[in-house]
This record gives sequence, structure tokens and C-alpha cells, in this order.
Amino acid sequence: MRLAVIGAGAVGSAVVDLASDHGHSVTAFVDSSSAVIDSAGIDTDEVLDRKRADGVVGSDAPEDALSAEYDVLVEATPTTLGDAEPGFSHVQAALERDRHAVLANKGPVAERYADVRALERESEGSVLFEATVGGAMPILSTIDDFDPSHITAVRGVLNGTANFILSRMATEGLDYEHVLAEAQDLGVAEADPTFDVDGTDAALKGVIIANVLSDNETEYTLDDAEVEGIQEISGSALELARADGRTVRLIAEVVEGSVRVGPRLVPDNAPLAVSGTRNIAQLETEHAGQLNISGRGAGGPETASAVLADIGRL
Amino acid sequence: MSDSTDEVRSYTVRLELVDEPGELLRALEPIATNGGNLLSIFHERGNVTPRGHIPVEVDLEATPERFDGIVDALRDAGINVIQAGAEQYSEALTIILTGHLVNTDLSDTLSRIHESTDATVTDLSLSAPGGTDDASSARIRLATEEGAVDEAMRSIRTVADEKGLHVIEPLAAGGDA
Ligand SMILES: NC(=O)c1ccc[n+]([C@@H]2O[C@H](COP(=O)([O-])OP(=O)(O)OC[C@H]3O[C@@H](n4cnc5c(N)ncnc54)[C@H](OP(=O)(O)O)[C@@H]3O)[C@@H](O)[C@H]2O)c1
Repeated sequence: MRLAVIGAGAVGSAVVDLASDHGHSVTAFVDSSSAVIDSAGIDTDEVLDRKRADGVVGSDAPEDALSAEYDVLVEATPTTLGDAEPGFSHVQAALERDRHAVLANKGPVAERYADVRALERESEGSVLFEATVGGAMPILSTIDDFDPSHITAVRGVLNGTANFILSRMATEGLDYEHVLAEAQDLGVAEADPTFDVDGTDAALKGVIIANVLSDNETEYTLDDAEVEGIQEISGSALELARADGRTVRLIAEVVEGSVRVGPRLVPDNAPLAVSGTRNIAQLETEHAGQLNISGRGAGGPETASAVLADIGRL
Repeated sequence: MSDSTDEVRSYTVRLELVDEPGELLRALEPIATNGGNLLSIFHERGNVTPRGHIPVEVDLEATPERFDGIVDALRDAGINVIQAGAEQYSEALTIILTGHLVNTDLSDTLSRIHESTDATVTDLSLSAPGGTDDASSARIRLATEEGAVDEAMRSIRTVADEKGLHVIEPLAAGGDA
């Protein structure tokens, strides 16, 4: 397949890096200010070196990328709320040209799911977005395999930064501010960790799951989610939980049409009590009991693997 | 529920006490001496029965067999047992409350939870590392009637909201995630 990769950050660059391994070529690659377009396939190593050294991918005009030759558009620009732009327009441009769109960007499927599906219905192209929920973990494709109608609930730890902070606070007896600063030093938390610690990121993933489970009947957006973050969790609360064989995790819960994210008490030895940056999703299936999927929920190559798995499914 | 008679269960006993010093202690003694484990005691404050007695609600744990012995012993001691074991608390629920617990009157918070939810507090641990003026945390175990966990959680949230406290809720009813 020929890929147009929009966004040259951790995810976009890793997709470009791993594309040839999976038998694909990259015909367009774009960041916020530059582009490289070649219908014969770009020299990925050279372009990635240039991005690292000079901060640009090439000297073509970014606006030409959407009309370049490609089979699949990979959307890896920053997740935005509300109108989900510019990601949404990129997906729209691909579908209107009957091309496929594979998303790492959560915005379009969390905030404008019905619009995306409507465009897909009119298109020869399909939309896949495994990478938007749980990085490398095959959560959405497992839901799809079981069929959404056989999944009654999904609960999970879907933000590695928040989980790192909570599990470290619990094991080391340190307070929130201290562990957050440490996570930033380690590169586990971004300079602005707001969306990770206030629950927004986990909620977007919960909303995407709710959209998939509702199978086009009801559309969910962030506004439909009940969201609470971990900023108020104190060391003493974790200590009390621990003395009782429990711990606190930021859990996203999608059940009976509701999406709820907040710190919850779970038994210390429960599958959901993963530690560090690990993620886990627990699917409640109608006929097969509980199914746990755990793994790395973020990271450039991890997320790119999910993108490439989607491309393989097209 | 199993048929086993040596399984410890939670019971509530409503007593009417004469308003005299030492009455409460006298009422509690038969519980301990007959192998019951006292969980909590609630005076319905300001409430006096038409006969001028004070209603008291006692939560305790015992095996069913011992519980019968306790009720007999209470009656033998001349204590008015209004209701015994009619409600069986069968679901346990653990929450953590954080915030200015002490400044917002923890015992009032607990009685309000008790009054508004029909749940009984069976265990309380408080951690106030910064002293009583600072934010602190409390782990509270409650027992509710079967199927009443959701309702109990709603009432707890309301009480916590009013007092500006923060509730960390268990993931699943009963806390078994
Ligand atoms: N990182 C993860 O682990 C992970 C996991 C799952 C999903 N995601 C999602 O995947 C997406 C990409 O994540 P990331 O970590 O790669 O982000 P990132 O490192 O911040 O990279 C974002 C990239 O998008 C480019 N960009 C910004 N506006 C653009 C525009 N209008 N047109 C074209 N390119 C534009 C940026 O260009 P410049 O280079 O010029 O700034 C940058 O290359 C996000 O939506 C994120 O939520 C990430």
C-alpha cells in the first residue's frame, strides 16, 4: 500500500520508519510546516534524518500532500477537542477521494464519530482507528471480533502517565507533586500533563469505545463522559487503601451507555491494578466471561504497530 | 447464602434504653459475653420514644446461633429489644473519603451516611498525617442490604458533595474488581 502520513511526531515518524518492514511505501509525509511528496516512494531514512536534524521533512508544499497519490492516509497530528481539526479535514479529504483513513489521532472518532462514519458510508474507503485506544493493545479489533453486541462492559486503565503516578505514589509513599515531577524528568509525563492527569485522555478513549459499542445508534463525545482526575489523590488515601489490600487506579468504565473516568478502589491483586505505565482493558463478554488485554498503551513504535496492523486489515 | 450456622453475619438490633447512667453499658455487656462482635452504636439523637426511652441502634457481628443467644440475654437482662436482625446486611462496600474530614465533623458525616443510606459503618480508619486541620483521609467499610449498594453510593456522594469532601469509590459493587 502507498501511505500518506500526516504528522511527523513520535507516531508519524515511527509509521514511516516501520512502513517498508510491512511492505508499504510512503508517498507523502507532512508535518506542521513542510512536506515531502514522491509517488515512487520517499527515501524514508533520509527524510527521518532531515526531520531530526532540521525539523522539516522536505521542501514540498504541505497543502499538496492531501491530493498526492496514496491508498491510505495515516492521521497522526495532535488530538484536538471540539471540531477535531485539522485531523477531521484530513480524514474527510481521504474518504472523499475514496481512500482509506487510519487514525492515531483520537479527536475525529471521539468528538465527531457520526460525521466520520457518514463520510465513510459515502466512500469506497474505510476508517480504522485501533491506535487511538491503548497503543499497541488490540482492544478495538477484539471488540470487533466478538462483535460489539456481545460486549456488555469495558473497564480499563487507559492512561500510562496517570497509572505510573498512582502506582509510584502507592509503592513509594510519595505525594502527587513529587511523583509528577519525577515522571516529567523520566519523560513518562509531558511538560503539560493536564489531559493525562485530569482524566481527559482516558475519557476520550472511553468515548471511542462507547462509540464502537453503540454501533452507530448513539453518538458519544467527551461531553457525555463523567470525568475526574487524579490530582486530588493524597498519599494518605493510597496508604489507607494499601493497608486494606487495595489500591487506587484511574479507571475508564464504559457500561450501559455511560462513560465514566475516575480514581477507583481496586483490590491490590486485581488484574486492573497494573503498575507503571502499563495499560489494561477488561472486556465483559456475553458468552465468554471476562477477557483481559494488557500491554503498552503508548509510545511511538507501539502506536505505529497498531496503525500498521490496521493497514494490514484493510 | 450458605446454610452453615458457624458463618459470621452482621446484624442490627434496635433497643430502647432508660435514660439513666450506665444503661448503655449494661445493654452492651450481654453482646460481648455471648460472643458477639460490636461494630457500631448509633443513638438516634434527640429522639425519645413516647415512653421516654432512648432508641439505640447497635450493629454487631455474630454467628446466627450466638446471635439468638445475644437477643435472649438482652431480654433476660430486662432490656427492651424492639427489633432484632430483621435487616441482614449482606453487601460490603469500601470507600475512601478525603478532604477536611475533621473540620467538617467526621462523626456527623458518618451519622448522615448511616441515616440516609440504611448502610452501617462497620470499620473506619483515619489517616491525618498533617494534623486535624489539614486534609486527611478515611477508609470506611459499610455494610448494606443486598442490592442497596448503588443507592448507598448515591447518598454518600451527596453528603460528600455538601461537605466538599472527595470520595474514591470502589470499582464494582462489593469492591471485587
Ligand atoms: N504518542 C503516543 O504514544 C500516542 C498513542 C496513541 C495515540 N496518539 C495520538 O497520535 C497523534 C500523534 O501523536 P504524537 O505523539 O506523534 O504527537 P507529536 O509528537 O506531538 O507529533 C504531532 C505531529 O503533528 C504535526 N502537525 C501538527 N499540526 C499539523 C498540521 N496541521 N498538519 C500536519 N502536521 C501537523 C506536528 O508537526 P511539527 O513536527 O512540525 O511540530 C508533529 O509532527 C496524536 O493525536 C496523539 O494523541 C499518540
